Amino acid sequence: MSMTAELLYFLASVLFIIGLRGLGSAETARRGLLISEVGMAAAVAGTLLHPDIVTYKWILISAGVGSAIGIAMAALIPMTKMPERIALSHSFGGLAAALVGVSEYSLHHQTVAHSTMGALGFEVLFGGLTFTGSLMAFGKLQGFIPGRNITYPFQNQSNIAMFAGTALLLVLLTIWPSVQFFFYLMFFVAMVLGVLIVIPIGGADMPVVISLLNSYAGLAASATGFAIDNNVLIIAGALDGASGFILSVVMSRAMNRSFGNVLFGAFGKADASAVAALAGSQEIHEATIGDAAMLLSSGQKVIVCPGYGMAVAQAQHAMQALAERLEAEGIEVKYAIHPVAGRMPGHMNVLLAEANVPYDQLKEADEINDEFAEADVALVVGANDVVNPAAKTNPSSPIYGMPVLNADLAKTCIVLKRTMNPGFAGIENELFAMPNTVLVFGDAKDTLEKISQALA
Amino acid sequence: MSHEMFLGLYVFVLAAFVGYGVIGGVPPLLHTPLMAFTNAISGISLVGSLVAAGAEHTTFSTALGFIAVLCSSINVVGGFLITDRMLKMFRKRGGKNA
Repeated sequence: MSMTAELLYFLASVLFIIGLRGLGSAETARRGLLISEVGMAAAVAGTLLHPDIVTYKWILISAGVGSAIGIAMAALIPMTKMPERIALSHSFGGLAAALVGVSEYSLHHQTVAHSTMGALGFEVLFGGLTFTGSLMAFGKLQGFIPGRNITYPFQNQSNIAMFAGTALLLVLLTIWPSVQFFFYLMFFVAMVLGVLIVIPIGGADMPVVISLLNSYAGLAASATGFAIDNNVLIIAGALDGASGFILSVVMSRAMNRSFGNVLFGAFGKADASAVAALAGSQEIHEATIGDAAMLLSSGQKVIVCPGYGMAVAQAQHAMQALAERLEAEGIEVKYAIHPVAGRMPGHMNVLLAEANVPYDQLKEADEINDEFAEADVALVVGANDVVNPAAKTNPSSPIYGMPVLNADLAKTCIVLKRTMNPGFAGIENELFAMPNTVLVFGDAKDTLEKISQALA
Repeated sequence: MSHEMFLGLYVFVLAAFVGYGVIGGVPPLLHTPLMAFTNAISGISLVGSLVAAGAEHTTFSTALGFIAVLCSSINVVGGFLITDRMLKMFRKRGGKNA
């Protein structure tokens, strides 16, 4: 590797870290992004100097087409589809790493050193797994594949056996690198495993799965760095891996679950009979648009608890219009954002920022939970499990122990709901039947617009 | 294990700790842009793919490199652009964009 290329790679590594630091606050984030873009340009420039590159023809065509697709996707994808977009790009990342590994192996399988073979094996294993696993996650989010958890007998046992099988193949390959059959069999099994691991996981757990696959994509990139002896790949992959790991932990904690429970738990199998029995016993208080408008305008402080249902109803803009109207009357409005309010980490913040909600109004659960007691109204829009008080009070509830928003502590709680169906986790919500709760049924967007009109 | 491999392990472990520290400081507000951002950065596998696509060792390796460059460049270009699109939407009260 030439001195110039080494220097450019070094520069890229430093710029990536400085750029990521910029994401520590919304004010510096865009500058950080720009710094990392310079780093990426440096790394690509350094690579193009590589003595092995004899023609730029294929590079120009594929990079040109790829860039065009990237530009189009970035410009056209709606913010609600961000989890799908991220899942798809993890899939591309995994595939790219795996294919580089296969290409390297196909050229050097006769001469490759044992340790390099270990790295190549990891690269192809994690790359293949991330490729198909992310495609499955994408399919589930997009609705090609049923979003519910698909289970079959001995599912966990067979997955663990297959994982042990790929690990064994990796060990065998490291000992005998020239046995091509082991290599391609391992790649194949890793891809099958990616499909089978994600199949049983239900839609509500997607934030954890996406974060975990993010981590795997990073590990695959790092392994590529080991295989081709390139530090910038190792560093960028490690940063990506660490990020995915942290986000997985944040998401698991927000759902009060362990990784193992998400991956092997087959959560969300709603006990239909229990749900039906509870639903029948609940006495609810229904309110009209006029009642809701009066409750909202007669208080001093309103805390909005948005859930994914708000995004499904495309009600973010109607919500912000109502918030602005209330603020014009001197009422304080804040948004309480639960970590799993959207379909991926931080998703709800992006959706609300798109609807022009200033980010200083978006409060994390921990930050705002003590304020509910002094709020006049908690307005729950399309949220269910994240405001379920059973998580605090009922040890027999499946979500007991999960951190939730204290919407039940507000003087009045207004819940906008489409129907009386239970939430994503299939669990009944006591909040809806509490004496200080009123429900307004209907499409959230429509309801919010009508409340705004009633206040005009 | 070769000397380079050991050096690589040092680099990996130190970078993972740096990543853990730096990313731990990213507020939940920005977790979606963070994911798109690290996605773009992990498109660094371009570094490996470009060599495979441009080296013309065998048709097989060139073809794999071609697909890998395609995938990586979608992630790099698309990832940076979409992160910027998201970050532009975050504004403080009073209308000033981030």
